Amino acid sequence: MYQYNDFDQAFVRGRVKEFRGQVERRLSGALTEEEFKPLRLKNGLYLQLHAYMLRVAIPYGTLDSRQMRGLADIAERWDKGYGHFTTRQNVQFNWPRLADVPDILDALADVSMHAIQTSGNCIRNVTADHFAAAADDEIEDPRQTAELLRQWSTDHPEFQYLPRKFKIAVTGSQNDRAVTRAHDIGIRALQDSDGRHGYEILIGGGLGRTPMLGQVVRSFLPKEHLLPYIEAILRVYNLYGRRDNKYKARIKILLHETGLTLLQNQIETEFQACQSRFSGIDSELRQHIEQAFAPPSFVAVPHDQFDIRMTGDSAFSEWFKTNTAKHRDNHHAILTISLKPVGGTPGDATSSQMRVIADLAEQFGYNEIRISHEQNIILPHLPLGHLPQVYDRLRDAQLETANVGLLSDIIACPGMDYCALATARSIPVAQEISQRFDTLRLERKIGPIKIKISGCINACGHHHVGDIGILGLDRAGVENYQITLGGDASEKARIGKRAGPGFSFDDLIPALERLLEAYLELRLMPEETFGDCHRRLGSEPFQRALYPADVQQAA
Amino acid sequence: MVKLVIVRDDGFHNDDLDGAKFVSSSEVAVSIGEPIHLNLQADDEIDNLQPHFPHIRVIRIQFSSFENGTGFSLAFRLRQLGYRGRLRAEGHLIADQYPLARRSGFDEVAIFSDIAERQPAEQWPIDSAQKGLSYQSRLQKAEDQLN
Repeated sequence: MYQYNDFDQAFVRGRVKEFRGQVERRLSGALTEEEFKPLRLKNGLYLQLHAYMLRVAIPYGTLDSRQMRGLADIAERWDKGYGHFTTRQNVQFNWPRLADVPDILDALADVSMHAIQTSGNCIRNVTADHFAAAADDEIEDPRQTAELLRQWSTDHPEFQYLPRKFKIAVTGSQNDRAVTRAHDIGIRALQDSDGRHGYEILIGGGLGRTPMLGQVVRSFLPKEHLLPYIEAILRVYNLYGRRDNKYKARIKILLHETGLTLLQNQIETEFQACQSRFSGIDSELRQHIEQAFAPPSFVAVPHDQFDIRMTGDSAFSEWFKTNTAKHRDNHHAILTISLKPVGGTPGDATSSQMRVIADLAEQFGYNEIRISHEQNIILPHLPLGHLPQVYDRLRDAQLETANVGLLSDIIACPGMDYCALATARSIPVAQEISQRFDTLRLERKIGPIKIKISGCINACGHHHVGDIGILGLDRAGVENYQITLGGDASEKARIGKRAGPGFSFDDLIPALERLLEAYLELRLMPEETFGDCHRRLGSEPFQRALYPADVQQAA
Repeated sequence: MVKLVIVRDDGFHNDDLDGAKFVSSSEVAVSIGEPIHLNLQADDEIDNLQPHFPHIRVIRIQFSSFENGTGFSLAFRLRQLGYRGRLRAEGHLIADQYPLARRSGFDEVAIFSDIAERQPAEQWPIDSAQKGLSYQSRLQKAEDQLN
């Protein structure tokens, strides 16, 4: 785990002090509301539908038990006893009072955390593969790169007032679990034929109202050139990105309007100039980062209890098969704790649940916890022998839902229940889906599938890259849900296509039932997933299920 | 003409360039020979200015809104191209942006008197700008910080 050094510690304290002053200056009138807004956003504070919302960064999704307990305490003391984990490895508190926010930021600093640059037109929290240092398919730990970028982008004097927000994601594996093609910059670690470590750099990805997948701007960037190259991209964007229309201000639009070749040339020219000034990364600092992410020395634990439960306890073995992934060490597993109970709010955890997870990580999991962009919590290194105890304690805390990667493991934005931008509800849709298919007992038969729900065109629920995407809109005061099919968030990333006219809230669930019944009919064998089946057949047979002739006539 | 207040590391000052004649980037080429006062807008191209640097006494970059941060990159690029003369950020900037302006290469900030009244000198974080310690400076090797 990366530990704050004296500078990090002094910096976050300094920012809290600065923000305390800014709140006072807003109240005294020295700052206008317009001037205060970007300052509070840079410190994670949004104005939502009912109240302020504080968005706290979990850099590259990694935290330890002490930090998780810190979040639990904040939720209890200043909020309503729960936190909401988001698709960008942040946690959001939905009910803080403005006057309390500086104290909350101090409480975060106590556990080496912050809310800096989680919002506003600046470089946001850098995200990374949640299975880092645990997956067996990794070229290198993406968090070293992400931490370097966190430091470089924090309070960067040039890039605090960009045309629009700017998101960076890093993967250290060919299997992309960080959705790098949907980010302003996607970074993929790779090794060239001579064994040199470097990166493939993509730019211009983003969902929102104009979904686009990132394009390769540099197919191999030697590792030591990372910072000057990223700086060059940001400088070109800050100088030439559009500022006349916020919906055309992301780098994806600059890429689209300029063309890849010309933009690439501008970036390369700027890179040459940056590189001549850049002397390399300070070696002490580099060492500090490398050591911070050295994997723990894995210790195997006798697993006779595990073997007994696997054969004699079907709930346990079902949970194990669904919620764990292969660890690089044969005696360990990567456990995903689902925050998607049937009928629950995707991504929510109560303070007491957070404390249970903190205890388990401390006692059994080398003190490491991860947050995934799929709004679940991960214990990345668990010895197989401890899994029975872990399972029993999770069950006591209602955290044992065995649905990771299945139908009810839904990504949903906060929607109309919290968000000021939303045009429709998302959370209740997710709840209805999970309840309905639980009743039908179809989830396991359907198998791996990704359903993603956004409550407005800004696409925080990533609906464009779901096997089934659901977009909630407002049609003359009535909620209307459009379905997209064929999206993919992995290394084979694809933007889904709209299936046809939208459905009312009440008609949506029956339509999904028809869609999934059709899939069960159409698939060649149980191993053919919804995504594979759709790739083979296209949307047409699924559209027929969604819009049968009789329903069309009735409408 | 609205009076400007100049903010430097030692506080507020009157504008010593009040009434001086400024030229635009397209007029620089014909101004050779005299000390030039250059006015830049956020969308001006600056790559062709390099040969004129020895004749330029001051460059001011206009900030139409404090939310438009193009000027920070322009300043950085001017310094990267080798401009060593006086560099001013002028227009709508707020006190909280002073350290960013200094670290991007500006020598001073020029604001309108209404902002100066609302945000008096003691609200400008001049101290933190002077310390100069930042993530960006720490990241590079020590020898680079001499530059």
